[in-house]
Amino acid sequence: MNLDLSFYSWDLIRTFILKGFYFSIMLMAVSTVGGVIFGTVLALMRLSGKKFLDLPATLYVNGMRSVPLVMVILWFFLLVPASFYALFPWRLGENYRSEISAVITFVTFEAAYFSEIMRAGIQSISRGQVFAGQAMGMTYGQNMKLVILPQAFRNMLPVLLTQTIILFQDTSLVYAIGAYDMLKGFEIAGKNFGRPIESYLLAAVVYFGICFALSSAVKQLHKKIAIIR
Amino acid sequence: MSWQWEIFLQDPGGKHPTYWQWMLSAWGWTVSVSLLALIIALSIGSLIGILRTLPDSPWLVRLGNAWVELFRNIPLLVQIFLWYHVIPALIPPMKEVNSFILVVLALGFFTSARIAEQVRAGIQALPKGQRYAGMALGFTTAQYYRYVILPMAYRIIIPPLTSESMNIFKNSSVAFAVSVSELTMFAMQAQEETSRGVEIYLAVTALYAISAFVINRIMAYIEKKSQVPGFIVAGGAGGGH
Repeated sequence: MNLDLSFYSWDLIRTFILKGFYFSIMLMAVSTVGGVIFGTVLALMRLSGKKFLDLPATLYVNGMRSVPLVMVILWFFLLVPASFYALFPWRLGENYRSEISAVITFVTFEAAYFSEIMRAGIQSISRGQVFAGQAMGMTYGQNMKLVILPQAFRNMLPVLLTQTIILFQDTSLVYAIGAYDMLKGFEIAGKNFGRPIESYLLAAVVYFGICFALSSAVKQLHKKIAIIR
Repeated sequence: MSWQWEIFLQDPGGKHPTYWQWMLSAWGWTVSVSLLALIIALSIGSLIGILRTLPDSPWLVRLGNAWVELFRNIPLLVQIFLWYHVIPALIPPMKEVNSFILVVLALGFFTSARIAEQVRAGIQALPKGQRYAGMALGFTTAQYYRYVILPMAYRIIIPPLTSESMNIFKNSSVAFAVSVSELTMFAMQAQEETSRGVEIYLAVTALYAISAFVINRIMAYIEKKSQVPGFIVAGGAGGGH
């Protein structure tokens, strides 16, 4: 068995791989930002001490965390109505149905995981900080925004970033609905040139390189933060 | 919209007489893939985790670290494709192996890296004195691991092992990609054939949730039974999906 990677020219990478790579990165970025925002809201609901806020948030988070991501991807692809896709201009909704559905899925799914991280982060802030804010005459909202959440984010930054790496790996699962991500790019390139084996190998190497570099960076950051505190 | 649960009584026209029987058989495949992968993951994960904590053997530690980094930094779906497309091409005898076994191996090796990480953390969470106590009693390395360190380390890591066992059930859904006829594969095919996606997805999602819940209860039972009276262990945090 001879491996031949010579068919991987720059043109091929540009036509097949980069298109998918951009989508994977975009999916990761949008769902991290969206997931952290939505997740923080969920965490605040769960810590509010009010049953009508706590209960739905708990059900949502535990529900999302007990089903496989692939099933959630299939659910959203099935349930988001065609009228929603029609809202997008320039027929984007029609041409990128899987991709749009994937973004919605990842934001809602990852929010459940980010909310658990944010909840731990908020709970890691000592009671004294909360009381100090209250003693300064801050409202609940001011106290959260100015005192607690900035510290919670900082304490949880390495964990949030680790979750982002897991999220990046999970973006490959949009395969289930045929969205064009990086893995899909490699697969199509491999099929078109009759070299699927080399293509899958190269995909593994690229994913490994990205994830290994990111996780090494997070480890460094973790060390740095640990020294400051 | 109206429910049409009677869809499960219809004949899919394959080797299963009705859809619900097909679904139960698919559940069986999901459970078999997950349990077999769990056995592989626990055995290899423990071995690698222990290697990473051995004193005075830097090369074994490096080997363990390399194993964990390799299997943790490649997405599971890509690993499944490697087992399915690449390894049989590189190692011809693997061509005879069917995709069920390949998925079990892929899922087992993938999870072994996460379990190795937890076993290592559990061992390192113990006070150094435990190791020295074993040495002082004249135990060999194998003996003090067997009688002193591992019994405590495994008790410490039961909570993260619980979430990892639940994860393995969820991750088994990725097997659809190489056409193993498990629950997700059933969901996709039955949805296409019947166009009653909501009923089918609901049933499949419920089966996944039930599987995860049962595993959770089994692990909670093991945790309770293996507790050392008067010894409170701090639960570690699980992660991932």
